[in-house]
Amino acid sequence: MSSSVFSTETPARTTSQRLSWKLSLWRTILSTALGERLVYRGDFALGTLMRFLPIVTQIFLWYAIFDSIEATQGGKLESTEIRGFHFTDIVAYYLLTMVARAFSSMPGLASGIAREIRDGEIKRYLIQPIDLISFLLLTRIAHKMAYYAIAILPFALVFFLCRDYFASGWPSWPVLIAFAGSLAMGFLIGFFLEAAIGMIGFWFLEVSSLLFVYMLFSFFLSGHMFPLTMLPDNVATFVNLLPFKYLAYFPAAIFLGKIPEEDLPMELAIEACWLTFFIIVCRIAYARGVRRYSGFGG
Amino acid sequence: MELDPRSDQTKYWKVFLTFARNSLVRDMTFRTNFVLQCISSLGWTLMNVGFYLIIFQYTTSIGADSGWDRDKFFLFIATTWFINSLVQAFFMPNAEEFSELIRTGGLDFALLKPIDTQFLISFRRVDWSALSNFAAGFIIALIALYSLATRQVDPMTPSVLSILLYVFFVACGVAIMYSLMICLSATSIWLGRNQTLYNFWFYITNFSRYPMEIYNRGWGRPLYGFFTFIIPVLLVVNIPARILAKPISPQTWEDQLLIVWGLAATLLSLWISRWVFKRALLSYRSASS
Repeated sequence: MSSSVFSTETPARTTSQRLSWKLSLWRTILSTALGERLVYRGDFALGTLMRFLPIVTQIFLWYAIFDSIEATQGGKLESTEIRGFHFTDIVAYYLLTMVARAFSSMPGLASGIAREIRDGEIKRYLIQPIDLISFLLLTRIAHKMAYYAIAILPFALVFFLCRDYFASGWPSWPVLIAFAGSLAMGFLIGFFLEAAIGMIGFWFLEVSSLLFVYMLFSFFLSGHMFPLTMLPDNVATFVNLLPFKYLAYFPAAIFLGKIPEEDLPMELAIEACWLTFFIIVCRIAYARGVRRYSGFGG
Repeated sequence: MELDPRSDQTKYWKVFLTFARNSLVRDMTFRTNFVLQCISSLGWTLMNVGFYLIIFQYTTSIGADSGWDRDKFFLFIATTWFINSLVQAFFMPNAEEFSELIRTGGLDFALLKPIDTQFLISFRRVDWSALSNFAAGFIIALIALYSLATRQVDPMTPSVLSILLYVFFVACGVAIMYSLMICLSATSIWLGRNQTLYNFWFYITNFSRYPMEIYNRGWGRPLYGFFTFIIPVLLVVNIPARILAKPISPQTWEDQLLIVWGLAATLLSLWISRWVFKRALLSYRSASS
């Protein structure tokens, strides 16, 4: 770590110098967080592989469901569908939501912020020339990068084993680009949404139960449990208006071609609006919270 | 000093009641927290019920000709909820604490107490809030039974005998889960620390949540065999649920064979877990300074 990074002296004045200072700061944060993560890589890869185990149960459960629909309605299993999802689509859907969650889930972010507020550690961001939100975002990016660097192996293995479930093969380039965009924005929405929830810690000391409720809602409404189109129509319309779907359902639905290609630009624009909304909410909450905050002790 | 077995039993019972009371006092000290924990676990239950209700909008049963229609499947879910809530209330907090005791060397104190160590380790804490899911399971079961008894097609009321057998095999299921948990947490004596214990537990018990016949096809057969005969988690919920709901009636001889095996598996698991626990204790080296 270069000593200049965390010095309290006023950094260089000119724009270019300020930019280079910022870049070196970011690089330091990134490389520290990356190193931190790579320590436990073996445990990590194994843990990721284990995380696919519940999908095994889901495969059998959905097979049994489709099997009985087929038996009562007649026809072949391949042609049986629930709301546009064939059996293979459902399995592919679950696998893809794992990818989406790998981007959008932020373990420990909100609770970490709330803890720093409670313990008074948040003070250091008020004194040092680092901005809390950008610091956390950079750390998170580094953690995610370290995670992908290792998790790509188990992910590739599982997707290779399950390649037959992707009945229609690779989607077209525009769809793939939209998929990548939705993953990136899913990451950012997940980050700013959870950070904003963590900021509630400025107002309430204990947010863990609130967090649990949020987790429950997001698990259900993000489509992690089942494709959101399976909800009854009026509920589905409402849930589609909520931002939770960007955390899991939306990227998977794009990849599987469940969202018509001509609608993609509009849908992504709406997602970008939600992202902007959460960035603003998070910023306002932080600014207001810091004004409320009073730190004691050393 | 030799004690006659009966006073021994009352002694253990008394100790257990004291543990339970202490835990209740502790839970009631942080009452809001207790209520919030109950609410959040009920929230989880509601979400699951919602998920299964959605599934049954599209299908009439889980698996063709398996007999698990909506009402019967909800009896299955209720059984899962009973067993899981009992395990979570009585054993989960203790298993978690056990790993911690080994790591910190606190197990020394448990070994010195004039009471069976496995008993002391297993029952020290009771998480009363987990029993809220037991109540939730009860409500699900009542609604499912009512719907089952009053429906037009193929109505059914369980006999007194099947209810008694059901209660007995729910207890057997809890015993199997308990044995598995003791074995898993005993491994932390050898490994020093077992962080993935809870995850592993979740992933294994995940298989027990659905009717076992759904695994009995294609590449699921090895899993089916493994989780029926080696680590019998498939028996835990399936046997009592099948006795009560009778998805296929009259029962086939396979069903009856399964019940006999369930009983044997319970006894075997208890015996093996006891053995594993004792072996593990022999390798315990205190961690104190």
